[in-house]
Amino acid sequence: MRRILLALTALTALSACGPKEPVVEAAPPAMRRLTEEQYRQVIADVFGDDIVIGGRFDPINRSNGLLAVGASSTAINGSAFERYDGLARSVASQVTDRANRDVLVPCKPADAAAADDACATTFFKNTGRLLYRRALTDAELKTQVALANAGATKLKDFYVGLSSSLSAMLVRPEFLFVTDTLEADPSKAGAFRLTPYAKAARVSFLLWNTTPDDALLTAAEKGDLNSSSGLKKQVDRMIASPRLAVGMRAFFNDMLAFDAFENLQKDPVIYPAFGLSAVELAREQILTTIIDQTVTTQGDYRNLFTTRKTVMSAPLGLVYRVPVSQPDGWVPYEFPEGDEHVGIQSFAGFVALFSHPGRSSATLRGKAVREILMCQKVPDPPSGVDFTLISDSHNPVYKTARERLKAHSTDPTCAGCHRIMDPIGLTLEHFDGAGQFRDDENGAAIDTSGELDGVAYTDAAGLGAALAKNAAVPACLVKRLYGYGTGRISTSAEKPILTYLEERFAKEGYRVPELLRDIALSDAFYQVAPAADAPKTASLEGGKP
Amino acid sequence: MSKLSRRSALKGLVNGTAVTVALPFLDCFLGGNGTALASGAPIPVRFGTWFWGLGFTPGRGVNLAKTGKDLAFLEECQALVPYKDQLSYFSNFNTPLDGKATTVHYTGWVAARTGSVPNTGGDLPAPTIDVLVGDHFGAGTRFRSIDLSCTGNPRDSYTGRNTGSRNAGEVSPLGMYTKVFGPEFADPNAATFTPDPNVMVRQSVLSAVGEQRTDLVKQLGAADKARLDEYFTSVRQLEQRLELQLQPPPKAEACRIAKSPGEQPMGTELESVLVNHELMSNMLAMAVACNQTRVFNMLYSQALSSLHRRGEAFIHHTLTHEEPLDPKLGYQAEVAWYNLRSFEAMATFIKAFASIKEGDGTLLDNTLIYANSDTNFAKLHALDGIPVFLIGKAGGKVKTGYHIPGGGDPISRIGLTVQHAMGMEVDKWGTQSMQTSKPIAELLV
Repeated sequence: MRRILLALTALTALSACGPKEPVVEAAPPAMRRLTEEQYRQVIADVFGDDIVIGGRFDPINRSNGLLAVGASSTAINGSAFERYDGLARSVASQVTDRANRDVLVPCKPADAAAADDACATTFFKNTGRLLYRRALTDAELKTQVALANAGATKLKDFYVGLSSSLSAMLVRPEFLFVTDTLEADPSKAGAFRLTPYAKAARVSFLLWNTTPDDALLTAAEKGDLNSSSGLKKQVDRMIASPRLAVGMRAFFNDMLAFDAFENLQKDPVIYPAFGLSAVELAREQILTTIIDQTVTTQGDYRNLFTTRKTVMSAPLGLVYRVPVSQPDGWVPYEFPEGDEHVGIQSFAGFVALFSHPGRSSATLRGKAVREILMCQKVPDPPSGVDFTLISDSHNPVYKTARERLKAHSTDPTCAGCHRIMDPIGLTLEHFDGAGQFRDDENGAAIDTSGELDGVAYTDAAGLGAALAKNAAVPACLVKRLYGYGTGRISTSAEKPILTYLEERFAKEGYRVPELLRDIALSDAFYQVAPAADAPKTASLEGGKP
Repeated sequence: MSKLSRRSALKGLVNGTAVTVALPFLDCFLGGNGTALASGAPIPVRFGTWFWGLGFTPGRGVNLAKTGKDLAFLEECQALVPYKDQLSYFSNFNTPLDGKATTVHYTGWVAARTGSVPNTGGDLPAPTIDVLVGDHFGAGTRFRSIDLSCTGNPRDSYTGRNTGSRNAGEVSPLGMYTKVFGPEFADPNAATFTPDPNVMVRQSVLSAVGEQRTDLVKQLGAADKARLDEYFTSVRQLEQRLELQLQPPPKAEACRIAKSPGEQPMGTELESVLVNHELMSNMLAMAVACNQTRVFNMLYSQALSSLHRRGEAFIHHTLTHEEPLDPKLGYQAEVAWYNLRSFEAMATFIKAFASIKEGDGTLLDNTLIYANSDTNFAKLHALDGIPVFLIGKAGGKVKTGYHIPGGGDPISRIGLTVQHAMGMEVDKWGTQSMQTSKPIAELLV
């Protein structure tokens, strides 16, 4: 009775703030390959930060703006598996080596030079539950123990056997793919719902970008996640946790396409201040600013585009040409009034990422703002275009990017797209290809005026203000967060739930934790049905607690 | 070839004891068309690709008026002159779009390598030709394929089975060295062989992984099931590779263990790319000579080439669009400079294979390299006449030294010719207007 009352209270609380959540059509289940960030986070959470994960991961295709969505269609082919196998052996070997075994293996074998059923069973029962995001079946547990025993016997070392068996677990699809498992929904005849374990994984990867912790798995096993109150209790706990910052950092890193920093290069002759350390710091500066303002202080998401507050480090101080008294680490910093560094879209990391190695690019920056911050697709450039009019940057007639692009836009096949990109990108032209401020280009003053969807401005601060007022910006965050959580492209049938979430986001002051709570507590987020081409006899055993 | 099966020959030898055995070549190396080593053993045929971005300047690469055996290189391709008799050039083979939109710097290479025009950017509508040849060769070498990219970005790799299954490139010379010639490398010419018991354990672990089916498949749609199938195929491939590592490797007379290249700077700065390309080309050729793989892919520059010289503001790609024609020269001088570097790099790659003696000839004689770009005249994103070279004699299966004009035929004819040269029984290849059943017969032996 108490549970029902709590559930009703929760529902009332949700509905009291606005319209009722719309019912949406159930989507097919997703099978998402762990992203690199997820893999790293899971290993750190299960085995500790000391486990070194060296080497590269095979890339995941970005789809609809997110690696998290591309992960649902990216395969594990030969080269990817080979890398996972190498990573698995490295991780397993570290977990069982002499330095870590006493902490990470919760038992000691009777004889370290022989197989030990009991200790191997204990280890895999505990570890497997976290890695597979569910309890292991008896058959799975027996297989892991048998593998450990075979290795221990062959190589006369319990820990080597344990390591080889653990490496097998780390390359199993149950670990590498986060797969939605379904069960019949007892409340609706013929309908399905995510199993509690799958629900736990979905909410955990949304909020923390990692495997469910023990408390969440226990809640799943007890059936708590099938009740509104039980789910809310877990979601509230997770949103209140410091781990939310880690999860949101991963989300924004994905949404902003910051994986591209891994291959960002700036010409050291042209931009001597923007060395390799500055590249990584420039990314960190933006992510720290985002987390400080959206998670730590729970501010208005839109303020990210008008903020002057950030953090600064000594190497970045060289890029921004501001003094930083502390040689190591970060210090809080606020750009002074009049400075054009206003909003994350003007910070060195953003403008440098969307530039060429040796010069700025108004087009790339405008495209990034449209596609990444506003979720608007800019069409690919047409083929067969003669760019002769653009000429080179030393052309005495076309000294600035604005003049070159204006000449280029006289081509009607180019004009349409450049009209929506250039007035954004040209406003950021006071920042060169590495984000350093400049007044002129080739001796000609840079005109930074522009407009965004009818709102005119004269400089980067004006662009930031226009972005903050543009409805597409918060709507884009809603769309991306929802897609990030489900791992799929939002369908047209899901438009009502996105609209509903946008409205709630607005009413809640555009606070990201509240948006996360709305998503994680919505029915739609867990609405899944078997794939249309799945066997009609679809098993419902896969994810039962 | 001995009747002795490898398994029976090796029975009892895998318990960590050093052994000295004279081993027959693996059947799967042969394909029935290899030439012979001095020992009389047949030599396997290999296949690979080489990619460079942004084509070349029309009228400055190959003399289109000289066809057949009169193949004649112009200014930008001068570096290829020493290898004129060891390659063929294909001009005027087209990419009919069937009404699909072009994704610039993407549609071209995909069509040339898959025989199909992609629907959108990022779409890989069919397996690339190296994957098809690799499937035909099957297992039998340590690596099914060695895929390399000189730009520092593993995503710069134009090989894959489908959109969701692209083969990432190895980007570091040291990484490649470690992967191929590191601790797991077994010298095929060593007098003794000691199987590693750790590899045996690994193999049994992977065997268990592959045999243990998953309940996941029961609720998934066809696309996800296909991904799971590919996963299990990958497990089996690695398991087979480990099985090979437990057997003494077949002799490879030309094999010499490569030297470690040490740490190298990576990225798209031209100086780094050229150094890494040469290092990886030489190691790759030796990896092939050492029978570590029969399939390979090398990417010198991306389709949207971002190669750039230190201190220069413009990258190769933007130059192709923004550099004005030099009024005196009549072409884009800076672009032409980059194009020269591309063909010098191609010559470096060819040299790596041509300088390794194998049997009565060279490694290049037993190899076929499909080298292509993404566009003809990059300034206009021209898709018709994308330049393609076939380099090497494929163990005597193709003639070289020709300029073959395509007369507007689909570019897929070249890919079909490759498959026939590799001994694949393929009647037709490609889709829609790119589908063809006409290999270039005059080139096939």
